[in-house]
Amino acid sequence: MDRPGSARIALVGVLFIAPALAQIQKQPDDGQWVMAAKNYASTRYSTLDQINTTNVKNLKLAWTFSTGVLRGHEAAPLIVNNTMYIVTPYPNYLYALDLTKPGAPVKWMYQPHPAPASQGVACCDVVNRGAVFYNGKIIYNTLDVQTVAVDAKTGQEVWRTKLGDINQGESITMAPIVAKNTVLVGNSGGEFGVRGWLAGLDANTGKLEWRAYATGPDKDVLIGSNFKPFYAKDRGTDLGMKTWPGESWKIGGAAAWSWISYDPDLDLFYYGTSNPGPWNPDQRPGDNKWSSTLFARRPETGEALWAYQMNPHDLHDYDGVNENILLDLNINGQPRKVLAHPDRNGRMYIIDRTNGEVLSAEPFAYINTSESVDLQTGELKLNPTKQTGYKTIRDACPAPPGGKDWQPSSFSPKTGLIYIPHNNLCYETQGVTANYISGTPFVGMNVRMYPGPGGNRGEFSAWDPVKAKPVWSIKEMFPAWSGTVVTAGDVVFYGTMDGWFKAVDDRNGTILWQFKVGSGIIGQPVTYKGPDGKQYVAVLSGVGGWSGGVVAGGLNPVDGTGALGFLNAMADLPKYTTKGGMLYVFSLP
Amino acid sequence: MSFRCLSFLLLSMWPCMAGNQRVLRVCADPNNLPFSNEQGQGFENKIAELISSALNEKLEYTWWSERKSFIKNSLDQGRCDAVLGIPSSLDSVAATQPYYRSTYVFVSRQDRNLHITSLGDPELSNLRIGIHLVGDDYAPPAIALARRGITQNITGFSLFGSYGEPNPPRKLIDAVDQGTVDIAIAWGPFAGYFAKSEKAPLDIAPVSPPMYLGVPFTYSISAGVRKGDNALKTELDEALVRESAAIQQILSQFGVPQVH
Repeated sequence: MDRPGSARIALVGVLFIAPALAQIQKQPDDGQWVMAAKNYASTRYSTLDQINTTNVKNLKLAWTFSTGVLRGHEAAPLIVNNTMYIVTPYPNYLYALDLTKPGAPVKWMYQPHPAPASQGVACCDVVNRGAVFYNGKIIYNTLDVQTVAVDAKTGQEVWRTKLGDINQGESITMAPIVAKNTVLVGNSGGEFGVRGWLAGLDANTGKLEWRAYATGPDKDVLIGSNFKPFYAKDRGTDLGMKTWPGESWKIGGAAAWSWISYDPDLDLFYYGTSNPGPWNPDQRPGDNKWSSTLFARRPETGEALWAYQMNPHDLHDYDGVNENILLDLNINGQPRKVLAHPDRNGRMYIIDRTNGEVLSAEPFAYINTSESVDLQTGELKLNPTKQTGYKTIRDACPAPPGGKDWQPSSFSPKTGLIYIPHNNLCYETQGVTANYISGTPFVGMNVRMYPGPGGNRGEFSAWDPVKAKPVWSIKEMFPAWSGTVVTAGDVVFYGTMDGWFKAVDDRNGTILWQFKVGSGIIGQPVTYKGPDGKQYVAVLSGVGGWSGGVVAGGLNPVDGTGALGFLNAMADLPKYTTKGGMLYVFSLP
Repeated sequence: MSFRCLSFLLLSMWPCMAGNQRVLRVCADPNNLPFSNEQGQGFENKIAELISSALNEKLEYTWWSERKSFIKNSLDQGRCDAVLGIPSSLDSVAATQPYYRSTYVFVSRQDRNLHITSLGDPELSNLRIGIHLVGDDYAPPAIALARRGITQNITGFSLFGSYGEPNPPRKLIDAVDQGTVDIAIAWGPFAGYFAKSEKAPLDIAPVSPPMYLGVPFTYSISAGVRKGDNALKTELDEALVRESAAIQQILSQFGVPQVH
């Protein structure tokens, strides 16, 4: 793991990145954690440094809390005003824990009572990725397509807005952010033929201010005269309609079910859209805009300023929804305002966030479905032997969960490195097998996933976004499906699906400490300063999600095509972990 | 009682007892005519009643919407012991002998005089075609049509529809009646049942050929039990054979197009 060059890279990173980063965040780090991604730039970097590479080996369990929920726990705890807030998977309980008292007892608990039927609509477990604190309120989404705001002090509901219909296959699993008093929320449900959207709500009242669809005519997509995509391939009128056969854009997916970042200086927020529907690409000739696309929009109006489609006419379920980390980097000697987007297709896109120009797009995981990205045209060059449809394809990498899925990376301005939890999965599709629903037989493809080269299904690695190269990597038996947090103490934390919570030296990948928790970790670790002035690290354990459905959903591991083909790659997970939602909080003695 | 019954059942794979009478526990969709609904008006309700009384068992339903992961959430979780109306080749269950075989059909208004029976018909390129959409996948006819390059003129109708309304899949047949699409390609039992109550007289013609460009359009339909539940499978098989005449009568009452 030791790389001689890493210290030098770290030094260079400090020199030119740190001041710029501080500027874009405009959020002094007070040791709290007020949104899932820590800050608008989504760096998940904390300036806390009490816990460092020397003393992290002494890290001890401080206290724990059981959420009483068994499904996959993907949320980041929030820490505001000496209170910790935890959102659970369905039924989406919100707990407030009093950090000023020994053992952090429950101050209050809020139950939104989402419709039970919403459980049948969630594609990949009934997860929730967390809440945001804004102006005295905790704001989050429920699985049954509602956004709720709860008084952070009392736990009383302040407002509640229904944004969609579970009967139409919609749900919400993402963590909202608030920019310019606007709550930004997107739907899930790409697997159910929904039409994707992202909405802006008044943070004070919950009133729906605008909704930007990802398919359809420009007026629905909120594309107007200020829309200036960098590449010709993304320019034109009503492409959200014209790049689809007939009226299929109405059921085209492209849901915004994951992360949103915001740059207050440019007044632009950034997010990606999911894969297009239907699954069979033969049935949707065309680019299928705006699926698998990054958008830059204004928070107050939703107006689109630019878009870049990573995966036109997606063949492999490569959603474009992964995190966008906003960084100011020196690329080829020029200072550039960029976003770093590790896509499902396995490439790390470094994109000029002022205009959508791709500066690099190198693979961070093993891939063979695409060959390169042409930086002049923005086009992804596909490998012609890995094109799907209703036919047999073997050894296509990455598998549908991608080089990485939703699991968010972190960035340290000290090292200049991005820390990426990711997958190493390939897949094959074969046969036309009978299935049915509502009494109707239909045919589908068997999708079977399996470990990529090396046999490890996951990896946690450090990536240099300037050189577009990996720096170090830790192989994991299972997909690294948790979030990460990195600190000024040069320690980066992540968790594994078999239940190890790990602290790693962010410069060289040395594992400095690890602790076995009760259930596999797919949550987002956070760090905060407690009322006693000590630094704490917190993470939810509770395996599940798409990858962990074999444990949390009780799926039958004999049927490898379950959980959309993921089971085949995860059949041994029940031997390593059991379900159960539990918060673990660590500190130095 | 139900929990104890469940654990007992999972261990022994024998039917539950309610008092002295044995119970046939069936999972079915509460809102999916012509197959089933909560009022027991579907043909699978009638067949379930027939079978349970032939076996001298009390029929008990667990209502569960037949959406994604229906088998995993219902049968596999022990919420019931049998489901009806599954394709005989479905490999996530142990399927009984088929009790009917139906086909995808073309549905069009008689006054349009379309008379289309083949998926290879060149006229299909020029018509607005409605097809059910299952999740984000089209029903089989769309796959074959896409292989012919026909995608522009397909309109998807969600099989799930809005579950708050009665009979969500009906919208496809309604669209033919109202002229929103020129022709629908639908699973036979839907078409046979809903066509009867539309305003305009509708033509129904089986899709031919039965296998086109690698995609099958006729399916044998069975009841399903958990894999390994051989005792119940044998019982159901025997009852289905014994009651086959009565089953045929029910199917024809509901207008289910049958093929052999």
